[in-house]
Amino acid sequence: MNFSTEVKEDVTIMFAGDSGDGIQLTGAQFTDTTALFGNDISTFPNFPAEIRAPQGTVAGVSGFQLHFGSAKMNTPGDELDVLVVMNAAALKVNLKNLKKGGIIVANTDGFDPKNLKLAKYPEGVNPLKNGSLEGFKVYEIDVTKHTKSALQDSGLGTKEAERSKNMFVLGFIYWMYNRNLDNTIKFIEEKFKKRPDIIEANLKVLHAGFNFGETSEAVGTRYEVKPAPMPKGMYRGIMGNQATALGLIAAAEKSGLNLFYGTYPITPASDILHELSKFKNFGVKTYQAEDEIAAVCAAIGASFGGALGVTGSSGPGIALKTEAIGLALMLELPLVIVNVQRGGPSTGLPTKTEQADLLQAVYGRNGEAPVAVVAAKTPSNCFDMVFEACRLALEFMTPVMFLSDGYIANGAEPWRFPLANDLKAIPVSFAKEKNQGDKFMPYLRDEKLARPWAVPGVAGLEHRIGGIEKEDITGNISYDPDNHEKMVKTRAAKIAGIASYIPLQTIDQGAENADVLLLGWGGTYGALRNAVSELLAEGLSVAHAHLTYLNPFPKNLESLLRKHKYILIPELNNGQLVKIIRDKFLIDAQSLTKIQGLPFYTTDIKNAVYAILKKHSENLVCN
Amino acid sequence: MSTDINNFTAKDLITDQEVRWCPGCGDYSILKQVQTVLPELGLKREDIVFISGIGCSSRFPYYMETYGMHSIHGRATAIASGLKSVRNDLSVWIITGDGDSLSIGGNHFIHLLRRNFNVNILLFNNEIYGLTKGQYSPTTQTGQVTKSSPYGALDHAFNPAALCLGADASFVARSMDRDPLHLRQMLKRTHEHQGAAVLEIYQNCNVFNDGAFEVFTEKTTKKGNTLFVTHGEPLIFGESNNKGIVLEGTTPRVVDLENTSTNDLWIHDEQDRNKANILVRMFDNPSDDSLPRPFGVFYSENRPCYEDLMIEQVEEVTNKFGKGNLDALLRGKSVYEIK
Ligand code: SF4
Repeated sequence: MNFSTEVKEDVTIMFAGDSGDGIQLTGAQFTDTTALFGNDISTFPNFPAEIRAPQGTVAGVSGFQLHFGSAKMNTPGDELDVLVVMNAAALKVNLKNLKKGGIIVANTDGFDPKNLKLAKYPEGVNPLKNGSLEGFKVYEIDVTKHTKSALQDSGLGTKEAERSKNMFVLGFIYWMYNRNLDNTIKFIEEKFKKRPDIIEANLKVLHAGFNFGETSEAVGTRYEVKPAPMPKGMYRGIMGNQATALGLIAAAEKSGLNLFYGTYPITPASDILHELSKFKNFGVKTYQAEDEIAAVCAAIGASFGGALGVTGSSGPGIALKTEAIGLALMLELPLVIVNVQRGGPSTGLPTKTEQADLLQAVYGRNGEAPVAVVAAKTPSNCFDMVFEACRLALEFMTPVMFLSDGYIANGAEPWRFPLANDLKAIPVSFAKEKNQGDKFMPYLRDEKLARPWAVPGVAGLEHRIGGIEKEDITGNISYDPDNHEKMVKTRAAKIAGIASYIPLQTIDQGAENADVLLLGWGGTYGALRNAVSELLAEGLSVAHAHLTYLNPFPKNLESLLRKHKYILIPELNNGQLVKIIRDKFLIDAQSLTKIQGLPFYTTDIKNAVYAILKKHSENLVCN
Repeated sequence: MSTDINNFTAKDLITDQEVRWCPGCGDYSILKQVQTVLPELGLKREDIVFISGIGCSSRFPYYMETYGMHSIHGRATAIASGLKSVRNDLSVWIITGDGDSLSIGGNHFIHLLRRNFNVNILLFNNEIYGLTKGQYSPTTQTGQVTKSSPYGALDHAFNPAALCLGADASFVARSMDRDPLHLRQMLKRTHEHQGAAVLEIYQNCNVFNDGAFEVFTEKTTKKGNTLFVTHGEPLIFGESNNKGIVLEGTTPRVVDLENTSTNDLWIHDEQDRNKANILVRMFDNPSDDSLPRPFGVFYSENRPCYEDLMIEQVEEVTNKFGKGNLDALLRGKSVYEIK
């Protein structure tokens, strides 16, 4: 066969099929191989909301999206270039995301009358046959038939043989993008160590898929996606929740403390528990409590005892923990609260992403109850920011909320991981002696306004703390009006003072005095970066700054904002950061919101910028 | 008594804080007995921690010159669980009331018992909400008139000891504020138990529920209505120790010792869970022909403590995989180099 080869800058592929089709594994294998090849990658899995949704139905479709290319990949991609579907339901769910002219690889066996019916196509309608896919390049392959014929002499039963269908697809896609099979061969040999027959079968089918591309008349084009110019170094792939878990362990190691993680199962935060519970050999104690309140209270108890107390949840669970977070800030004990945000309110959209817990994080407690808030902007950045959350909690003796979200928590990217030695130590000093004559004053503060951490077991430092307002310095119960005001102001000043101990805000891209500054926070980083790159390439005067410190803000934020003519704040909520920015700085920031449980697409952001530029074109020209 | 390790006396446990309970409150006696007993337990003062929730009794930690935390309503048990998880060296005492532990904190209470953290829970039961000024609690008698039940409480009252056994508590005992000697004995037993030990203490709230336990505490009625159980001893009670309890099948019956030999009486066995279940169900409202209300250690069982299991697991995993290496963790299983 003769093939033409087309060079592509980047490609977005979606593998989709039934949960039982091995979609996630296929996606992960393609990701690993592609990373090894040197492309940059961003991935996102899409699980069905139900655990065992009926096979073949729209509700049961599992997907794995990956975006790889020869430049920095900031998101898992907006629109698909290639859609691989194992059945009719998978096509139905994902077709709307496929680019015009995009490629569909369809397993025809998944489009038999039974599957068409399960996918709720009208009687007699087969989208592969009725012309509805005109304008797309469709490769119809009977994957099941090819798989079976590759395995006819293997001695495997039909069921077991059919299980390697995904390997055929993977082999075919490897051929299409000219990838090497070695990494997947190694993986299969490792995974099925104890079943040589299964290894043989999978490898046969993998090769059959590859050879099918080579020999089939149907496919005339292969694609070449050159490696990305990535900074030199050692890389691994990492998911957001995994990075959060590693960041917590790293912070415990670097502070010399034992990590205690109190939590209760909740989507999409549970993977942090799953991950941490594996690493008991780091002295990590994971505690699956009876409820969300117990989880945070146990973490407070652990902190009182001198451990690094951490609790993790998602919005509804954070709501339950609220009173206890207030207690922790009265006790002035270190506590890290991980919130992997999901669509709200109430149970909301458990498996979808949203950034709607920012106001809850900053303000959501009874009384005047400030805590520090930080947020991660990418999957790997979860590591850095949860590490920072631990540092701030320990240095300032305060609860710190770390915000992640369902999008970056489940998303993955290559990570140039740090060496343990490169991570800064987090200094912790427990009180060892009396601090005022022959007395110990639990609320005598240091220059950061932090109080001493005196853990039980030290003679002479016996003291009582509690949730009732306490007297300055002594920590005794006090109902004195002036004292209460002073304590409220002091606790606020302590949190505000953190601004002096965090990095200044920088501009991610664009000029320091652009016409439009996009100010984002958290998991929207990739989408904003893409949009701004494109807008800059179009010659527009835009810039992008992305916040990871949300309470307090970096010291220079106001002056940085004031240098730009218009401020646009894109958020996956109904406008939360914009409220805080307006309130703090009296700046007329504009809001761009999206509340669909989905990430921003580049076009969402670009269009909003065009609109601002158009509306104010006169002003901008005058200047 | 004084040995090397007992570096403190009852006096050393008194803080500079003014005790703020109502005059005549049963809490005073309990505080005194705790301060009396603690120096005799062979503990270092700095290793003792009192943790409370919210309620009158929960002010307790402020009056103890030890480490202490006055937390939020119902959560002392959860906080103590976290503390014990990381510090099995400490002697942790949870101070709670009937509202705090059985109502708002009910969930943490039963789960702590099931897990069996090695802590001492002093449950001050006064059958009323005192701090919020007199509403009925989960142990208030059905029909009782209180601030929030002017026509009588509708709720069926909890039997705390039965609840504890139902939640697989490894140690359940009962005492009362007005019997200092017994209370001190029970405090010691509570401390000695390795595991979650619940000591329910009948505590008179003389302001909102005065006399709730009068029949058990007043000289004239006490002997006829209370049964003090001791391991290995027959169940005997009455004005002149003239009555006993026999078990007919699973039903306890009061017998006159003039007609029945003590050999035929129910002999108390703290390790017998089935009998403990019957014992704690002796919960009638006192009347002429009712069963007496038992006091003492009802049940005591040795089973592993959660915090020790946590440590063991950490050790096992560490032995299996070696001590965690941060660099190896950060690298993960599959790395590649961009040159
Ligand atoms: S209200 Fe009752 S329980 Fe509370 S301090 Fe007064 S007497 Fe004691």
